[in-house]
Amino acid sequence: MKNRITELLSKTKKPVLSVFYTAGFPNLDDTEKIAIALETAGADMIEIGIPFSDPVADGPTIQMSNKKALDNGMTVALLLKQVAGLRSKVKMPIVLMGYLNPVMQYGFEKFFKDAANAGVDGLILPDLPLDEFEKFEPLTTSLNLSVSFLISPTTSETRIRKIDAISSGFVYAVSASSTTGAKGEFTTEQLAYFNRLKSYNLKNPFLIGFGISNYTTYSQACAYGAGAIVGSSFIQQISESKNLEADIHQFVVSLTTSK
Amino acid sequence: MRYEVDEKGYYGNFGGAYIPEMLYPNVEELRTHYLEIIQQPEFQKEFHELLQNYVGRPTPLYRAERLSEKYNAHIYLKREDLCHTGAHKINNTIGQILLAKRLGKQKIIAETGAGQHGVATATVCALMGMECMVYMGKLDMERQRPNVERMRILGTQVVPAVSGNMTLKDATNEAMRHWINHPTDTHYIIGSVVGPHPYPHMVTLFQSVISEEIKKQLLKEIGQPNPDYVVACVGGGSNAAGAFYHYLNEAHVNLVGVEAAGLGVDSGESAATTALGKPGVLHGSKTLLMQTTDGQVIEPYSISAGLDYPGIGPLHAHLFETGRVQFVSATDDEAMNAGIELARTEGIIPAIESAHAIAALSKLELTQEDVVVVNLSGRGDKDLETYIRWGKY
Repeated sequence: MKNRITELLSKTKKPVLSVFYTAGFPNLDDTEKIAIALETAGADMIEIGIPFSDPVADGPTIQMSNKKALDNGMTVALLLKQVAGLRSKVKMPIVLMGYLNPVMQYGFEKFFKDAANAGVDGLILPDLPLDEFEKFEPLTTSLNLSVSFLISPTTSETRIRKIDAISSGFVYAVSASSTTGAKGEFTTEQLAYFNRLKSYNLKNPFLIGFGISNYTTYSQACAYGAGAIVGSSFIQQISESKNLEADIHQFVVSLTTSK
Repeated sequence: MRYEVDEKGYYGNFGGAYIPEMLYPNVEELRTHYLEIIQQPEFQKEFHELLQNYVGRPTPLYRAERLSEKYNAHIYLKREDLCHTGAHKINNTIGQILLAKRLGKQKIIAETGAGQHGVATATVCALMGMECMVYMGKLDMERQRPNVERMRILGTQVVPAVSGNMTLKDATNEAMRHWINHPTDTHYIIGSVVGPHPYPHMVTLFQSVISEEIKKQLLKEIGQPNPDYVVACVGGGSNAAGAFYHYLNEAHVNLVGVEAAGLGVDSGESAATTALGKPGVLHGSKTLLMQTTDGQVIEPYSISAGLDYPGIGPLHAHLFETGRVQFVSATDDEAMNAGIELARTEGIIPAIESAHAIAALSKLELTQEDVVVVNLSGRGDKDLETYIRWGKY
């Protein structure tokens, strides 16, 4: 079977919308409900965050969702169980994203195998060093798991090519030298960086994430990359939600439609 | 056994650089330049002149007569408490600010728990005329108000860390986030032998002046450079790394690290990382870490705000795993009693961190020939409130 991420990105003619949300937030059992609502609303892919006590790359919104999710009792084992349960209910690719330590404690090999068995298609582990990953690469490849690494505006071309070579599925282009969080609009420097990435003709398609919060930033990201990743502003939208389905639908529509 | 860092930044199984890509260029810039810069004769000259004329080095190695009598051994105190700003922390901040200048950085950030590293950073920034921002847990700011004001007097902006439990771990998270957001003009002065490679090694090198001096001073004092024991407290482990460094390959010198047991190692309120931790990744390195079975970091506890860190430097994790350093722990009560004891026997009120090292003396089986060096890492001025609240004196 082909990897769902590769399938999606090779077939689709239109830009991809990938939505990040923290597992166990706002409520412990919302993982499935949010996934289904996102697919119904038109999202193409989901990235489910494994909560961690010390999310150093995240701004206040995702810090808050991590803390709440942990207070709610979310664990790696429970998340994998939830993913296995929701796998048959959505068609889109499911990516798990998380800081290294919870994965390390679960056990790397066990995590990769259990994630693949649960129906996970891809992984993003932002603080996993490239050379540490090399020893796991044969295993993730054999499990048909894609593994995406991050690049940032300060990443050199040499390193971008190295990251592209070791990544599969897609490369995660962080839009700015920043932690996660909704910002205003992209600057001309950021657009120049996207353009530079485009000119490299990387092996993998790249998705642009961080700082995408409205139609303008979404459509700009889509104009340069294979699509956009949205996280903090989505989490803001659902944090006080009384009706998840309706709010998620409204979020996706307003993000992807010009006014 | 090898105790030096390897080319990938590991001490045995520990260390490395586990950082998100947004931090990679900052850390890589340091990694490729730190040794070359530190080894420049002109850097060494400026560093040592400042240590001598500004910090007040060499600090005395003082033979503690009455303490020696009490423990029936030859006990020496390495007086880091006499350094400018009151602790060993400034050895590292002097080194790092000279490095930051040579890297062309204009701004400095730092994290601080009790405020000692924050004050030492604010001090060198004032000295060098550099802009300085120190992250400090909101709770620690309330607990350590005099140090907050010291930093402000020195012209530093103290930023409250309001995430998590609002203590040292969270201040470190906030400093790292700030660094991610300011990748080009800012240097992050980490205060202990923690963080991604090259920080643990770099901070160890700057602090190694402590054991370099002990060797010379002991040679003069007793005719040979090596004692039987070197004892130091360990939070992140910077003063211990400095006191142990030049003895790591002297196998017959017993090295003792003293962790904070808080209310007791098994009380649930402790910071004894080697007793309670498992290998994990926090703040950019793989090390021993206090954590739940799910890999969430546990908030440590100690009466000493300088020792309540959930990890230890990767060098110390390696020294623990290989057995090169014997790790013991002292409870709040033991440390406070030892602090009062040192005040009464030698007229020195130690920082509560350093009082943990004194408390370990009664746990060692000393003979009357033994020469023991205790690294007295800081003075107790900052802890007056805690001594007063303790009240048993």
